[in-house]
Amino acid sequence: MSTTSEVALATAPLPARERPPAGVVGPVAWGRHNLFGSIGSSVVTIVLGVLIFYFFWRFLSWGLIHAVWSVPVAANPLETAIPCRQVQGVGACWAVIGDKWRFILFGRYPYDMQWRPGLCVLLFIGLYVISAMRRFWRKELLYIWIATLVVIAVLMWGGVLGMEYVAQDQWGGLPITLILSTFGLAFAFPLAVLVALGRRSTQLPAVKFLCVGYVELIRGVPLISLLFMASVMFPLFMPEGLNPDKLLRAQVAIILFAGAYLAEVIRGGLQALPKGQYEAADALGLSYGQKTAKIILPQALRLVIPPLVNTFMGFFQDTSLVLIIGILDLLTAGKTAMADPTWTGFSTEIYIVLAVIYFVFCYAMSSYSRGLERQFRRAHNR
Amino acid sequence: MSQTNAMSATDAEAAIVLDKVNKWYGAMHVLRDVSLTVGKGERVVVCGPSGSGKSTTIRCINRLEEHQQGRIIVDGTELTGDTRALDTIRREVGMVFQSFNLFPHLTILQNLTLAPIQVRKMPKAEAEDLAMSYLRRVKIPEQANKYPLQLSGGQQQRVAIARALCMKPKIMLFDEPTSALDPEMIKEVLDVMVGLAETGMTMVCVTHEMGFARQVANRVVFMDRGEVVESGSPTEMFEHAQTDRLKTFLSQILRGH
Amino acid sequence: MSGTAADPRLLPTRQAPRRRLQLSWSDPRFRNIVWQLLVLAIVLGILWYLVSTTRHNLAARNIATGFGFLDSTSGIPIGETLIPYTSGASTYARALLEGILNTLKVAVVGVILATILGTLIGVGRLSPNWLLARLTAIYVEVLRDIPVLLQLLFWYVLLQGLPAPRQSLRLGSAVFLSNRGIKVPLLNWETAHSLALLAFAVAIVLSVLWARHAHRRQDTTGEAPPVLPVVLGLLIGLPVIVWAVFGAPLTFDMPALHGFNFTGGGTITPEYGALLIGLVIYTSAYIAEIVRSGIQAVPTGQWEAAQALGLHRGRTLRLVVLPQALRVIIPPMTSQYLNLTKNSSLAVAIGYQDIVSIAGTILNQTGQAIEGIAIIMAVYLTISLSISLFMNWYNAHIALVGR
Repeated sequence: MSTTSEVALATAPLPARERPPAGVVGPVAWGRHNLFGSIGSSVVTIVLGVLIFYFFWRFLSWGLIHAVWSVPVAANPLETAIPCRQVQGVGACWAVIGDKWRFILFGRYPYDMQWRPGLCVLLFIGLYVISAMRRFWRKELLYIWIATLVVIAVLMWGGVLGMEYVAQDQWGGLPITLILSTFGLAFAFPLAVLVALGRRSTQLPAVKFLCVGYVELIRGVPLISLLFMASVMFPLFMPEGLNPDKLLRAQVAIILFAGAYLAEVIRGGLQALPKGQYEAADALGLSYGQKTAKIILPQALRLVIPPLVNTFMGFFQDTSLVLIIGILDLLTAGKTAMADPTWTGFSTEIYIVLAVIYFVFCYAMSSYSRGLERQFRRAHNR
Repeated sequence: MSQTNAMSATDAEAAIVLDKVNKWYGAMHVLRDVSLTVGKGERVVVCGPSGSGKSTTIRCINRLEEHQQGRIIVDGTELTGDTRALDTIRREVGMVFQSFNLFPHLTILQNLTLAPIQVRKMPKAEAEDLAMSYLRRVKIPEQANKYPLQLSGGQQQRVAIARALCMKPKIMLFDEPTSALDPEMIKEVLDVMVGLAETGMTMVCVTHEMGFARQVANRVVFMDRGEVVESGSPTEMFEHAQTDRLKTFLSQILRGH
Repeated sequence: MSGTAADPRLLPTRQAPRRRLQLSWSDPRFRNIVWQLLVLAIVLGILWYLVSTTRHNLAARNIATGFGFLDSTSGIPIGETLIPYTSGASTYARALLEGILNTLKVAVVGVILATILGTLIGVGRLSPNWLLARLTAIYVEVLRDIPVLLQLLFWYVLLQGLPAPRQSLRLGSAVFLSNRGIKVPLLNWETAHSLALLAFAVAIVLSVLWARHAHRRQDTTGEAPPVLPVVLGLLIGLPVIVWAVFGAPLTFDMPALHGFNFTGGGTITPEYGALLIGLVIYTSAYIAEIVRSGIQAVPTGQWEAAQALGLHRGRTLRLVVLPQALRVIIPPMTSQYLNLTKNSSLAVAIGYQDIVSIAGTILNQTGQAIEGIAIIMAVYLTISLSISLFMNWYNAHIALVGR
């Protein structure tokens, strides 16, 4: 029963009599209620407060106040880190990042051509951002993806348009992490859709059996065993002379891995779709292909975008496992940088930087998926 | 904005006394100087548009919501932060919710016997006899061993009423008991409530069912925007509405009938 | 629609006619069979191709096939063993068994610790204390956004950064932290201790019986005899009494510094320590989320109805909220247990010899890649299928009965 007069009332300043008593609203009341609501709560607040201040102060002191930000170039390379060693334990040595950041980010890619993987990283980020925006959720998005991935491949390999050819064993760092996860998602997605549809098939039990077997097998074993399989078993599967590159083998393993997990997520969406949608499509006389492509999949995929984003975030983190089969991704590059004799002992700084990079990407993805879920729920409850 | 003083019985004998009760949600003043007295055996219907504070008011009575200013006295005991007083009050006040709130993992019988066994320390056999007698009163004794989700909405709400009655309360509060029901099930629940009224139970009922109000209520209280606007007997309220706000409200809900 | 006479729909006097399968494309059953045969043919064809290529390659590289290697002696030194093992004398099969035991050592302890920590944090998330709620939220968010391998490596570096044994940190008088591991005193196990353990088992049985008795008393009279104090008394008192009666032996094998390292006592190696701490903390973040959403999944109406009936917070939690919350919590929780077990395979990156690490070494030594990986997969598949079976049984068992 809202009328214009009510709106006017709501926006007019409250007369003094009507303002809530100070014990109900305002920072003091908030503090009393939320921090010191009971004896137990007060104790917790005090203990946590003390701990937070202590650790915050220690970190500030180590990471900022006593830290060494850059070192002068020393004649003997092994002596470069001496200013850092003098404050080791007391202050952080961010100079190691200054020295090593290009290796951590781009691996062994030729120094003067590192603008190419750099551009690729920006293209990846742009691709994610565009895919996240709802106004681009149309068929054209598929073409944008294909085009961007092709451009990225061209930039990384080179060999055309005047760019020098760079073989993939020289690639490394952040681009590898992005390539493995994004191409993994891109190729695994159609596979996952087929497997999800196959798993729900009631008419073709053999197909259903194969799909269930594939999904349960992959989900039951750790990714590391699949990477091992890729690294030592795949060469045995190939005929003589055909020796696929290590990166390609790892990519195939990741695609197989991603396919199983994505299939489960998509199957969830297919199940959540009301049966009435399937029945209406049948009643209209649509064939299986038409029904699936035009009615079922568009709705089901939309439903599961939040869990899809979370699953992709998982892949992004899981690419770090290629450390174990010797592929130079972001984590491996960091670890290799730590092994440099000049900078031994400063691994904490490098780990922190790696953690921050991963955190930035993953936090963006998880906030996005949370925000999306909230939007979906609000629209649903209307 | 005139406020009608809704006190009509002496405080000492009253079942419920609300005296200038105020409540804020953050900065929003949701209950403004609400005063209401409900005598023993009286049946009061509280009505008003959504957001008027009627649900909040009765939820303050058994302290599911806390009031910040004013006094609430239930069955002679004042409602403060004291847990012992609260326990006493909650044993004597039964509540029926809009969304039933039956415990889905227990059978109907277990739903009814849980509180008598745990709170009133009744032996199990005695509690079950009591539960069956109330199930018979709400006319669904055969459902005793089913689970809540197997029953229809109207049956679930009748079970909820029986569950509250098993604690033998002195006062029954109803928070929009039929609003979540399909139309054909509303009558069966209202019949139970009418039967309850005929036994002399003190009832405070938030509802839009005006026919029920006419039949059963001693008094109807109209609330709007956090305050009591008008109150009186059903005839006075429905036929001789005094304020414009009540007139508007009545025209809106009666239009649908 | 029940009638007193037999329901005519259930009588067998008439039955549905059977349709003959027509060998034409318009019959959907025929079509389905054709599609399936086609798919099977393609899959089998690919498998056949792979198998034959592999056999050819294996022969060309002179690699043996089959599991005969399991009986040959292993030359793998294994740092941590739960059962007796000597490198150079024990078989590969025994080495693999060590690996499986090492994996279980991490998985079982990790699951228990992660559940405890995760539940505490999950409940903390729901605390009315703003500071606690925010801190636990940050804890959960940060740990879920950083790869688990990075976290494990970080903890390993931390534990390796401890001082040398000669300058090790001391906790109390008997626990030493150094870069060779955490040294703890080990109880010298005597018969009295075994008997005390037996007494503990007996105490558990007695506690169950007492709880049942108390419950029956409550049913008949309404008054409930105290359960918790009696159970605690039994579980603690009985073993202690038995232990005291048998002489109360309490000697420890203390770690002592001899030269450059410690002798005696028990060791928690940096590898095991880092793996355990890293996995427990990482998994606890996920478990915290599961516990939180499980408790929040129970509608507030359930709390309110129980409170309106006069039930106290503790009783409400035990009888109304927790049963419903656990239904929502247990399925994803077991999935996290499985994840922790799978993540323990990352041990190979920090030098802890679990099944993956050992099978990988065997694989390198014998060249039999397929058998090695098959063993790894078989171990994990067994664990995950058992957990799935349990999950399915549990879900069917506690499902809310509905229409």
